[in-house]
Order: sequence, then structure tokens, then C-alpha cells
Amino acid sequence: MIHAPSIHYVTILPELIFLGASFALLLAAGLNRKVLSATTGAVLTTMAGIATIVVNIIQWRDVSTHGATVTIAKAVIQDGFSVVATGVIAVGSIMSAWVMRDYLARDRHRATEFFVLALSAAAGAILMVQANDLIVVFLGLEILSLGLYVLVGFDRRRSGSNEAALKYFLLGGFASALFIYGAALLYGATGTTSLTGISYFLSANAVLRPGLLAAGAILLLVALAFKVAAAPFHMWSPDTYEGAPTPVTGFMAAIVKVGAVAVLLRLFLMSLPTQTDLWHPVLYVIVIATLVVGSLVGLVQRNIKRLLAYSSINHAGFILLGLFAGGARGVQGSLYYLMTYVPVVIATFAIVTVVGGRGDATHDLNAYRGLARRQPVLGGTLALLLLVQAGAPFTTGFFAKLSVITAAVADGGVVISVIAMAAAAAAGYYYLRTVLSLFAADDPFGEPVAVPVGSASVIALGASSAVIFGVWTGPLVALAHHATLLLP
Amino acid sequence: MSLPIGWYLTLAAVLFGIGAFGLLTRRSALIMFMCIELMLNAVNLTFVTFSRAFSDIGGQAAVFFVMVVAAAEVTVGLGIVVSVFRRRQSTSVDELSELKG
Repeated sequence: MIHAPSIHYVTILPELIFLGASFALLLAAGLNRKVLSATTGAVLTTMAGIATIVVNIIQWRDVSTHGATVTIAKAVIQDGFSVVATGVIAVGSIMSAWVMRDYLARDRHRATEFFVLALSAAAGAILMVQANDLIVVFLGLEILSLGLYVLVGFDRRRSGSNEAALKYFLLGGFASALFIYGAALLYGATGTTSLTGISYFLSANAVLRPGLLAAGAILLLVALAFKVAAAPFHMWSPDTYEGAPTPVTGFMAAIVKVGAVAVLLRLFLMSLPTQTDLWHPVLYVIVIATLVVGSLVGLVQRNIKRLLAYSSINHAGFILLGLFAGGARGVQGSLYYLMTYVPVVIATFAIVTVVGGRGDATHDLNAYRGLARRQPVLGGTLALLLLVQAGAPFTTGFFAKLSVITAAVADGGVVISVIAMAAAAAAGYYYLRTVLSLFAADDPFGEPVAVPVGSASVIALGASSAVIFGVWTGPLVALAHHATLLLP
Repeated sequence: MSLPIGWYLTLAAVLFGIGAFGLLTRRSALIMFMCIELMLNAVNLTFVTFSRAFSDIGGQAAVFFVMVVAAAEVTVGLGIVVSVFRRRQSTSVDELSELKG
């Protein structure tokens, strides 16, 4: 006799909303004779996102009065961290949707499938941030990745898009296999795949098979490092970022990081805190390699999307620095970084989408020379967004870097903090160089680009969030502070 | 008489290793794809072995999820391979060098 586990529906409502919207769109497209417009998909995604944020507010009140909820046979968890991370994914999805709409309308792509895949990918990411079991993490990871593989290869007319999809698929499949093998070994070492179960087991029992536990933990770390594009497992990311349709690149850069970092924080700080000696040295190497690669290799890039790919690798290094620091401060630092990074990166890629022009072709850095002189608002906003990513003071980028570095210093990681600051300075060089070229006087590509209303709003939202919350720091810092993980 | 679980685990590890080695060295997208499948099946063997050793149903349940995911990956992966093949008449990843990497 099998007893069906009880389900706390409010907890899984965000996943249900996004999956429901995805299926509804698929059904509507199947039943309708005429092709649905891109606007329909964007409106539906926005509605799903707003509904999710409303659910998040209800969940937040539930968490702050009753604490965390674990449901469906302890497979899914709702705590402050999952609520805020889900909200970040919802905001990222809404913003991406309007950039996608303008892209699809400009390049005359079939829109329905695009939004179906994007909605289900967002549902996968939400499942990842709420997962409390390695199998559920794996399912979320695959729902996210399978949607993204197709989205990356969506522009079938451009061979670069095909190539990016194949590379992403093969390396993503490899990472997934490493992940599930790590989960199997951890199951062998502890007898459970539940994240809280592993934590209880390790705190109550002596480990009989330390080799299995070590191999499992390292495999999981490496697999997730692949997903967040941390060095030395970042090789796929510049190619994939360059080949993918530009709105998808922004979506990936934002959403995948939220999902994978949430799993890393939960797994290593909640389930394996007793094994810190085991995974800390590996993470140390990964963080330093990621910071160095992200800042130095970015210097020689001539393509804006590849440049931003290395910038994104550099950001991954900072986010992982919060994980390295550990504890409530580390989690808070990483979460704050994600909250501020997501709108900025999506807005930056929105500008790249707009400048890329029809066919998603113009991504050479030369196309950006003098952009701020031709179109002062667009170019000026891009300059601002790049400065935010460089960590300029009075923007959220500065506080994000500050929060993870102070967490690392508090944890005693002085050397790694110095390396992080040096990496920020080196990366600052390529950001500033790009900003200066935006204001260059010569004008090789004289045509001003059209900025559709949807993309313009997304760009304005991303840029203003960075400035407003950079000056008025209180709310986001408080939100990240209260959204601490359920640490045992 | 049954074999000790170490044998099963070693077999699974060897299969996983063959899959990982093949994925990193072979240049045909289809063979690389088969290597991923081999790795996932090695994981299934590991799960079943532990499940049996612990008399715990959880590991066997995990296998079903892995099988479902493997099937979904096949669908998407073959779709991508076919789409690449249509443009280039080749599935060799060496010829995919438009994006420098």
C-alpha cells in the first residue's frame, strides 16, 4: 500500500503557474489556426510572473509567521530564501519576455514555441530553488536545461545558433550525468537523497564510506560549476552565449545562475556543512580560477556577447565567493548579488539585442563605438549598466561585490578577497574601455538603431533598479537579510 | 550466493568512466550522445545497487526519474543533431568551428 504524500499547494504554486502558463500557451497554439503573436506570449509570461510575485508575498507572510514548510514527502521546501529567489526568477522572466517579444517580432520567428520553452525553463529554475531532494534538483535542472537547449538553437537560419545548441547540449548533458552520479554516490554514503536527510545523517552518524561521500560531493560541485559557468568548466559559455539568440543569452545568464547557485548554497551549506574540510579546498580553486578567467580572458574579446560571457563568468566567481564564505552572511551576500545582478544583466543583453539588428548579426565591439554620441540615451544607459557591472559606487553593483567580499573577510578568507578585488579591478578595465569607446568621436557604423517600447522599458527598469537601490540600499539588503536559508 | 556490492559499483564506475572518456575524446555528435546515455545508465546501476543494499525503495524510484530524463534528453538532443545535420551534412563536432572556442 502506497500512501500519497500530502501536498502544501501554496508552496508549489509558482511552479504550477509557470508550467500551467506554458501548457496553456501550447494548447492555445494547437487549437488556434492562426499563429499566435509574440505579444500574446509576452503578456502571458508577464501575467504568470505577476501571479508568482503575488504568491511570493503570501508565502513570505507564511514563512515569517510559521517558519519554513517542507512538503511532498520532504521533497520541496518553502523558506525565505526560496521565496526571494523565486521572486527574482519571476522578475527576470517578465523582463526577458519583452526583450524576446521585440526580438521575435523583428526577426519574424515563430513565437509560440519560444515562450512555451521559456516558461517551462523558468518553472524548472523555480523547482531548483525550492528543491529539498537531489532527485527533485535533478528534475528541475533538466526542465530548465532542456528548455534552454532548444531556445539556444532556436534561430535555425543562423548556423552559429545550431552550433551553440549542440555544444551546450553535449556539455550540459555531461554535467547532468556528473550531477546524478554524484547524487547516486551521496545516496550510497548516506542512504538518502533528501538534502535535510543527508544533513541529519551526517550530524548523527559516523561516515562509513568517506570515499563515496567525497566523490559524490565533488561530482555535485563540479556539475553545478558547469551550470553556473565557473572556471575551469566555463568553456561552453562564451560559444553558447555568442551563438544563442541574444534575449536567450540574457535569460540564461540570469535564470540559470539563480537556480544553480540556490542548489549550491542549499547543498553545501545546509546538507554538507559537516564536510567543509572536504569541499572547501575544491571550491577555493574554482572561485579563484573563475575570478581570474572572467577578468583576464575578457580583456582580449572583440565581440560584445563574448565579452559579456566573460563578465558573467567573473560575476559567477563573486557569487561563489559568498558560498565559499558560508554562514548567514555568505548566503545573504550571494542572494543580494543575484537579486541585483538579474535585472542588470537582462537589461544589458536587451541593449545588445537592440543593437544587434535584424538577423542578430552585429555584435562586434566596433558597432558600439560612438553609440553614446549617436543615441545618447541608449549609449548612456549601456555605459551606466556596464559601470554597475564593474561595481561603481552608488550602484547596486558596488554593494553586491562589497557584501560577498566582507562575508569572505569575516570568514577569514583574506587572500581570496584580495584576489577578488584584483579581479574586479582587472574586469573594470574592460568595462571602462567599452564605456570609453561608446563615447568615441569617430563613427564607423552611422545608422541609429530602433529601440522598441518593450525593450526600452526593460532597459529603463534594469538601469533604474541599479541606481535607485544603489542609493536607497535599505530594502534589498533587508530582504536578503531576512531571506536566510534554513540552516541547521 | 550473490556478489558483494563492490562489484556492481565498480562495474558502474567503469561504465561511467568509459562514457565520460568517450564523450571527451570522440568527435561525432551521435557517439558523444550515446556516451551520455551510457553514463546515465551507469548511474542507474549505482542507484539500484545501493537501493538493494539498503533495502530502500528510494534508489529504485530515482532510477525511473533518470530514465524519464534520459528519454527527454534523447528527444531534444536528436532534434538538435538533426537540425545541425540538415545545415552541414555532417555530425562531426570538429567542423563546428564558426564560434571560436
